[in-house]
Amino acid sequence: MSDTPVSEAVAPELPPSMYGVPLTDSRGQRVLHPTRAQYVATVRALLDDTFTMCADLTAVDFLTHPGRPLPDGISPERFEIVVNLLSIERRERIRVRVQVPVDDARIATLFDMYPGSEAMEREVFDMFGIEFTDHPDLTRILMPEDWEGHPLRKDYDQGRIPVQFSTDFPSKEGAK
Amino acid sequence: MTDIVATIRDGNEAEQGLKPRSELTTRELLREVGSVLRMSEAEAAKLGDLPADPSEDQTMIINMGPQHPSTHGVLRLMLELQGETVLRCKPIIGYLHTGMEKQGENLTFMQGGTNVTRMDYLSPLNNELVFSMATERLLGIENDIPERAVWMRMLLSELNRMSSHLLFMATNGMDLGAVSMMIYGWREREEVLRFFQKVTGLRMNHNFIRPGGVAADLPVGWRDDVLHLLEMIPPRLEEYDILMTGQPIWRDRLQGVGVITQDEAVALGATGPVLRSTGLAWDLRRDQPYLHYDQVEFDVIVGTYGDAFDRYAIRLNEIRESIRIVHQILDHMPGGDYRIQNKKVTPPPRARIDESMEALIHHFKIFTEGFKVPEGEVYVAIESPRGEIGCYIASDGSATPYRMHVRAPSFVNIQCLPHMMRGGLVADAVAVISSVDPVLGEVDR
Repeated sequence: MSDTPVSEAVAPELPPSMYGVPLTDSRGQRVLHPTRAQYVATVRALLDDTFTMCADLTAVDFLTHPGRPLPDGISPERFEIVVNLLSIERRERIRVRVQVPVDDARIATLFDMYPGSEAMEREVFDMFGIEFTDHPDLTRILMPEDWEGHPLRKDYDQGRIPVQFSTDFPSKEGAK
Repeated sequence: MTDIVATIRDGNEAEQGLKPRSELTTRELLREVGSVLRMSEAEAAKLGDLPADPSEDQTMIINMGPQHPSTHGVLRLMLELQGETVLRCKPIIGYLHTGMEKQGENLTFMQGGTNVTRMDYLSPLNNELVFSMATERLLGIENDIPERAVWMRMLLSELNRMSSHLLFMATNGMDLGAVSMMIYGWREREEVLRFFQKVTGLRMNHNFIRPGGVAADLPVGWRDDVLHLLEMIPPRLEEYDILMTGQPIWRDRLQGVGVITQDEAVALGATGPVLRSTGLAWDLRRDQPYLHYDQVEFDVIVGTYGDAFDRYAIRLNEIRESIRIVHQILDHMPGGDYRIQNKKVTPPPRARIDESMEALIHHFKIFTEGFKVPEGEVYVAIESPRGEIGCYIASDGSATPYRMHVRAPSFVNIQCLPHMMRGGLVADAVAVISSVDPVLGEVDR
């Protein structure tokens, strides 16, 4: 027992973390949970640590599923930004999940670090209405410019195509 | 009405489009150039040629697409031209947006394959594969997939890579004026699709690879069909070499066109042949092996100059590598089940339904309610013909994904277009678009 390194003996006591940010394991994949304030610094540290490619950036609207498991100290908010980073040198991936509240739906852009995230952030803005501060060109990308609402929000109805032979026929007076 | 008139007059949709220089202050112009070329304002300023950039009466903004035949569907590019030189370029997308990610939240994990297979319609089996792998990872059954199913998935995935690259040969030839190449490429692709039709029942949009395995076993005589393909295609590739690779006009049109450096490609998140053309050997099949790619031998093809010719040559040789892999798959193909015998995700065999009421109920429940997937989130990425295709699924424990996102390689790769086109000729724009090989169904989803 005496030759067990101190760090290993202590490790189970402390929740795992990286750069002072809680680290969790999701089906064998590493996930970091920074706060919005830690977000840019964490991603910057990862970029310096060979994670040179931003493979994916997306968001999730947890409106109808607030009780998901999160590490201690991270309170669930409605939106979550999910960034998948890739280290080509070490052949590793890591995921960053940031909570974004609905009443202040904004977060810093990663454009300066990963220029490729520009279009992905525009897509998130378009689909979820989350604003990326200092983004150079924050406009809708998939929907028309005059579109109202953000389609991938959970309170946005999917819509349907009227079917000719359904049970709720419009009355003859109503139909023109 | 006035809005429509204004739109027609300006020829663009205001915000999303490129703005004329007269409407921009210097700072805004830097920002615009930065966002168009995907670089920070500081980097844009460092370009140096900005102040020397011409005044507006020397430039012209034109639309290319969305109905242009060489834009591979409905890609629209706004090009700022000075004479024939492209100064700025902005891809404008969304014309094929059909809300597939939203739809994915309303389809069960069982039905999800029908949705994702329609995204990248030139490599549908790869889309199904990544969706199935993500679902299996959430279910925790990714290591229990029967061997035959895994090797069948590899076989289909590699043949799909061949058919996709053969179509690239056709469209690339067509875009550059080698019209006979178009016919040849489609002809060879059709041979591969004919095999898919025999196996899955459909030429495209198969929904064949499903969570838990594949939908059906390989048909009788499949081995002969594959061997026939493997015999027929290599000599045709030699013909392509004669027709295009060594041909001076072809080389002149492609060499040195649409150059991108390795650092730019990595920063922009480009993957697949676009990234490999810069000399970076990054192929998920080798670097983060999935299925049994670690048990087959193949080479990762890389380029040197990062130009359109490299991307063409990489794809041509990737067909050869795929043929090599398929030969090894034929040697390995084991017998046994083609889908997991886990009653949670697999419906009972058809014969059981006739004799057992429980089996009938089970069958009915799986196809109406679907199967529940434990809560969690996962990102799985594989190498599609166009690059890294990833699937991010967040599950809340129900039978439908809470959020289903597909990281589409074409969506990211076309963001490199402005970089590749800057300073090039407008006549080369078509060659550059073609060399990225975007599929707009996947870009817009």
